[in-house]
Amino acid sequence: MSTDSPDGAADAPLVQAKALTKRFGDDVAVDGIDFEVHRGEVFGFLGPNGAGKTTTMRMIACVSPVTDGKLSVLGMDPSRQGADIRARLGVVPQEDNLDSELTVWDNLVIYGRYFGLPLAEVRARAVDLLHFARLDDRRDSRVDPLSGGMKRRLTIARSLVNRPELLLLDEPTTGLDPQARHLLWERLYSLKREGVTLVLTTHYMDEAEQLCDRLVIMDGGRIVAEGSPRALVARYCTREVVELRFAEPGEQATAGDRLTQDGARIEPLADRLLVYTDDGDRTAASVGESAGAVPDSVLVRRSSLEDVFLSLTGRTLLD
Amino acid sequence: MTAIALVGTKRTLRVVERNVRSYARMWPAFLTGFLEPIFYLFSIGIGVGELVGDLPGPGGHPVSYELFVAPAMLATSAMNGTVFDTTFNFFFKYKYAKTFDGMLATPLGVADIARGELAWALLRGTIYVAGFLLTMIALDLVESWWALLALPAAALIGFAFAGAGLGLTTYMRSFTDFAYVGLAITPLFLFSATFFPLSEYPGALAWFVRISPLYQGVAIERALVLGDVSWSLIGHAAYLAAMGVFGLRLATRRLGFLLQP
Amino acid sequence: MDYDPAAAAAPDGFGPPTGDGADATDFTTSGREAAATPGAAATATDTPPHRTRDRIADLVVSRPLLRQTEREARVWVRTWKGSLVSGLLTPLLFLGAMGLGLGGLVDENSGDVAGLSYLVFVAPGILAAAAMQSAAADALWPVMSGVKWTKTYHAASATPLAPSDVYGGYLVWMAVRLAMNATAFLVVAALLGGVPSAWGVFAVPAAVAGALAFAAPLAAYSASQDSDLPFPIIMRIVVMPMFLFSGTFFAVEQLPAGIRPLAWVTPLWHAVELARGATTGSLGLAAVAGHVAFLAACIAAGAWWGARTFGRRLAA
Repeated sequence: MSTDSPDGAADAPLVQAKALTKRFGDDVAVDGIDFEVHRGEVFGFLGPNGAGKTTTMRMIACVSPVTDGKLSVLGMDPSRQGADIRARLGVVPQEDNLDSELTVWDNLVIYGRYFGLPLAEVRARAVDLLHFARLDDRRDSRVDPLSGGMKRRLTIARSLVNRPELLLLDEPTTGLDPQARHLLWERLYSLKREGVTLVLTTHYMDEAEQLCDRLVIMDGGRIVAEGSPRALVARYCTREVVELRFAEPGEQATAGDRLTQDGARIEPLADRLLVYTDDGDRTAASVGESAGAVPDSVLVRRSSLEDVFLSLTGRTLLD
Repeated sequence: MTAIALVGTKRTLRVVERNVRSYARMWPAFLTGFLEPIFYLFSIGIGVGELVGDLPGPGGHPVSYELFVAPAMLATSAMNGTVFDTTFNFFFKYKYAKTFDGMLATPLGVADIARGELAWALLRGTIYVAGFLLTMIALDLVESWWALLALPAAALIGFAFAGAGLGLTTYMRSFTDFAYVGLAITPLFLFSATFFPLSEYPGALAWFVRISPLYQGVAIERALVLGDVSWSLIGHAAYLAAMGVFGLRLATRRLGFLLQP
Repeated sequence: MDYDPAAAAAPDGFGPPTGDGADATDFTTSGREAAATPGAAATATDTPPHRTRDRIADLVVSRPLLRQTEREARVWVRTWKGSLVSGLLTPLLFLGAMGLGLGGLVDENSGDVAGLSYLVFVAPGILAAAAMQSAAADALWPVMSGVKWTKTYHAASATPLAPSDVYGGYLVWMAVRLAMNATAFLVVAALLGGVPSAWGVFAVPAAVAGALAFAAPLAAYSASQDSDLPFPIIMRIVVMPMFLFSGTFFAVEQLPAGIRPLAWVTPLWHAVELARGATTGSLGLAAVAGHVAFLAACIAAGAWWGARTFGRRLAA
């Protein structure tokens, strides 16, 4: 891996981490993880809060020094060429840190200027970016009155001002209403089609499933699984899941025992019982007899990354 | 390397540019900031000046009270012009608006931010001082061609206070700590031989005044404007330069520690 | 975003929101406590019920306006050190610098100012001016904080308190706080020899009245604004000149004839005249009545405007 000349080969991974570790005093936030991000893909870090996703992103973004292990971004070493790497990255942080003393327009322009772009060129790009963010009519507005979705779109637009090869997004749709989320995903799709490599973190499994080509699942600072969403579900889960809700907790417990004796794979949650199966309808039809109790509600659905996480860690993604 | 450490790079200018843009919309607030020392000049310098008459100046010959107070207000103007931005506004940007976090995701680093904030404060301070100097000339309060150096001297004063402001502000934890900024600035303003000469202070207090930061600036400006220069001014200048450099380096180190753990 | 350390009495922890939601809790808890147990101390402690505290608690229950005053008082108890700096220490420093330092020069040269030593001349001026400056800063940022940033005033008016009670209670506390600072200042000034007459005690209500006359309308203005951008400007081109040119450091007779009337319409000039008349025992009854009437009119007009504005802003 060449560390001093950017991008030794065209298909070299854009980000490469080996035994990457981050410690804050005695607290180990990231515990020796390995991963690679390839050009043109959408790569995801999926995991609950506190898993170490944001910390990892900050190390890739060269704003947090690596404690241990190796990290190379765009073929360069963050500890020595941080500024050069950042010149080619776009960063969308978890909390918008837009400049509240500037207008929407000025935010775009000044950010471009931080990259050393000439004013005329920055202005031209800002016009396009306003359009990309669908904020053309808010050009002279200050930042505070904007809605959450608008601020997020502006943050994304701002992060594109230097035409980055690699875009880092930390929890891009957290806190947004469903309509804003879908608009954002649509914007991210269009970026992917243009060939930008995206790395994102999320604790929403639907976001991970919809956007990511490949992802790693993080928990407690470690990577517990890796692969495409489909591959992960296939490897760690059955195709479908039947959710059973019972009136009494006692009934759920008995049902659980009966089903396990029959060899079914189950997972008891606080408010429902999950039964993993390859044919949900057949299981659902016979569940009345095999469980020994009639459930209040029966739901058949496909397995998701949530189930993968559950089976790997015994916990849900959202705690 | 040290030249860059002191003067900065193009990236320093980007930070300055950002501040210019944000003030472009707030120019009334910007302009009014330079009025305070002028008001004091009229009120105390001229108003009370009628009651005071003449004082012994730096060279020993008597000067009118206005001539005595004006250069002190010039030095104060340099301090005021830089202190606003390197304390309250700086703290607000770093802690609440999180402005610097956004900047750090670009090629800018903490050293660029510290230097840029200082450079901007210095720019603002120098503009204020230039305005004050023009006022003094209009009121016929400038006695000597040495006063041409008053502007660079004021930049030195501004540099000292900007550096100190940035460095100390990185230790503040909330807005309530800022009462202590006022507690520091007000005695400096009142007791740096600004309104009455060193001879009016009881012995021990006079020594405190001699080592306080604003006094260095007041002494330099009074000497330059009234034309009584001597080699002792070098000592005052060195004090101010050291204060600024130390403050800037402290701020850079602290910012790195606070924003990029 | 432009805070002015020299001119603005540093807001007592009332900068842009630090999210101190404890304020709203303080208020409603005390309101509930006071309403539920009228006989017990409003400030629940484990000492046996105290007669004065009982009476204060009863008073607070009976006058909704005073509950807001209690809230302000509770906040002050936690932040008094910072407010002491701007409210008391700074004026004392001015007294030392101008009264003693500059005073030495003036007395050597002119002998006296209108028959008074400079210290005696300047002490009541600084007393009144400091009260006004402190009140001005308190009427700007903290009021906007209560209305817009931390929205504690909204929380208060969701209870049986009316918006005008919130405003009135706030003004009452301001008067109490200013009176405390002014009294402390007066004691120090007297110890230094700056207060020849026993009538000087009336300088305190004079200063408070002058400060309220300016702060009452200013709070109304502040509550009606959406942005604090004009605030530093107001401090610099209204409050600061008032501070410097209303007879504080030199008699207004020294001002050019054209500008003198400007001084006469400022509340501060009237307060300074009253305070100086009190500390030197030299004001005639007619003059006192005139100054008091002016200040009372300002307070009344300001209070009327404030009650309306608070009503509009907090009920919306």
